[in-house]
Amino acid sequence: MRLKFIEEKIAKGLMVVASLAVFAFVVNIIYTIFRRGFPALNWEMISQIPAGGYYNGGGGGILNAIVGSLYIVLGSTFLGLLISIPVVFYLNVYLKKDSKLAYVARLAFDVLFGIPSIVYGAFAFTIMIYLGMHTSLGGGILVITLLVIPIFIRSMDEVAQQLPKDLLDSTYALGATKLETIKVVLRQIAPGIATATLLSVGRAIGDAAGVMFTAGFTDSIPTSLNQPAATLPLSVFFQLSSPNADVQDRAYSAALILIFIVLIISVLGRLITNHFSKHKI
Amino acid sequence: MKSYLYQNPSRATWAEDYSFLNNDIKNEEGLGIKKSYLKVSDLNIYIGKAHILKNVNLEIPDKKITCIIGPSGCGKSTLLKTFNRLIDDTEGIRYEGSILVDDTDIFDKKTEITDIRKKMGLLSQRPCPLPMSIYDNIAFGCKMHGERNRKKLNQIVEQQLKAVGLWEEVKNRLNAPASKLSIGQQQRLCLARGLAVEPEFILADEATSALDPISSKHIEELFVKLKQDYTIILVTHTLRQALRIADHVIFMYLGEVIEAGPADEVFNNPKQELTQKYLEGAFS
Repeated sequence: MRLKFIEEKIAKGLMVVASLAVFAFVVNIIYTIFRRGFPALNWEMISQIPAGGYYNGGGGGILNAIVGSLYIVLGSTFLGLLISIPVVFYLNVYLKKDSKLAYVARLAFDVLFGIPSIVYGAFAFTIMIYLGMHTSLGGGILVITLLVIPIFIRSMDEVAQQLPKDLLDSTYALGATKLETIKVVLRQIAPGIATATLLSVGRAIGDAAGVMFTAGFTDSIPTSLNQPAATLPLSVFFQLSSPNADVQDRAYSAALILIFIVLIISVLGRLITNHFSKHKI
Repeated sequence: MKSYLYQNPSRATWAEDYSFLNNDIKNEEGLGIKKSYLKVSDLNIYIGKAHILKNVNLEIPDKKITCIIGPSGCGKSTLLKTFNRLIDDTEGIRYEGSILVDDTDIFDKKTEITDIRKKMGLLSQRPCPLPMSIYDNIAFGCKMHGERNRKKLNQIVEQQLKAVGLWEEVKNRLNAPASKLSIGQQQRLCLARGLAVEPEFILADEATSALDPISSKHIEELFVKLKQDYTIILVTHTLRQALRIADHVIFMYLGEVIEAGPADEVFNNPKQELTQKYLEGAFS
């Protein structure tokens, strides 16, 4: 009997240590970014594009990268949802549980999930050359869309696989076609869609390798899909590469802005999720 | 007295045996109530290699409560889900025979499956409200079938909620999530949702087995009330429930219909030994 309680205590202790370790890492990262980035953060950085010699300590800001990243994240999230929802719906409503096609498709999405973004970048780059595109906002959105689709599909699919059979049956029993069940299915998997969106946004906004070849980098704000676009991770990278310590501090400010954007999107995502999942059965 | 064994298609059909009921129906028709018709002929169902339903021949009496009874795994639920072809999605399913619903063979390729399902309200074992508000649960089916008029929809929602005795309990929170209702209320909501698309039949698959005794009683009373307008087919595990509300009983065993007939007849004077044993509780 006593041994059981000792085991319980040790196991609980290990869980606490693990949780604290993760927490400590997060705090450490945020602290480092804050310590170096916060003093360098000012309104000019958020509201202006880089002036001449910005990367050597000149004036201006990183509005180009903020706007570029937001464009790419919004564009790829929208396209990703547009493509993933039908896939998830097809996998879970049209295909039978033990369908071979569903099995192969899920396996494929698992593999895609694990492919590094630089490979997506290289792949998208060959498509862009084939289509005669040069580095551009459109190219960046394309590659990030490819990157987030597996995330969208896999995380929505996990939730959609838990769809109660009775729920679909009840909908069919009202005389619904499979397509007409979509309203019911979407509402039921709404929390899954929200989680998937948060994961995708996090991955999309933080990705540097994929957009390097495809979106390029520029000091101006793109006004069309054909123009190159700057992104926050690349902006961080270029500023960190500078030998100038002030410019390196600005890299931390840019990272801070990036984290802040992710935070805002996460909080919004949670609010929206709560709103939509109140009907979940 | 003729036998009520429906295994043999050459035997008398229900309609012949109960001509007195037919007279009632004629009278009802005179009042504008539509007669529903469901006849199963030589139905065999296979799932993979398993022979699930064996040579089933039945007629379901109009505007009555028909209880399908039998031990677990005897094919009661399969039979019920065949009526609205919900078993179509089962892997490896194969049918033989025919089921006529108002002179339409439901297995006919030309028959639209959604039309068949619309005729058959389904009440599943566990209440399964749609992930929407109480109002939308009822309105969903009507909207899907093309009803857009808000006023009409309001009317239908009120009427159907009243029909299942839920109106007074929910009229002030129609926009609340259906999942917030108690399980008994959810089951009544599901019944109302089914009624809203104007079915002829109500198929209930052990619809009270997940409910508390009071909610069960409520649902049973509803069935008795609703049989004026609908033909109710009820799969039940509880013999006592069948005794209480059945007008007509079908006893199934290992995929076969062993005995079928008016409840009085089957319960008090079963023709088959197997039925007798089941009723005595020799197996379940």
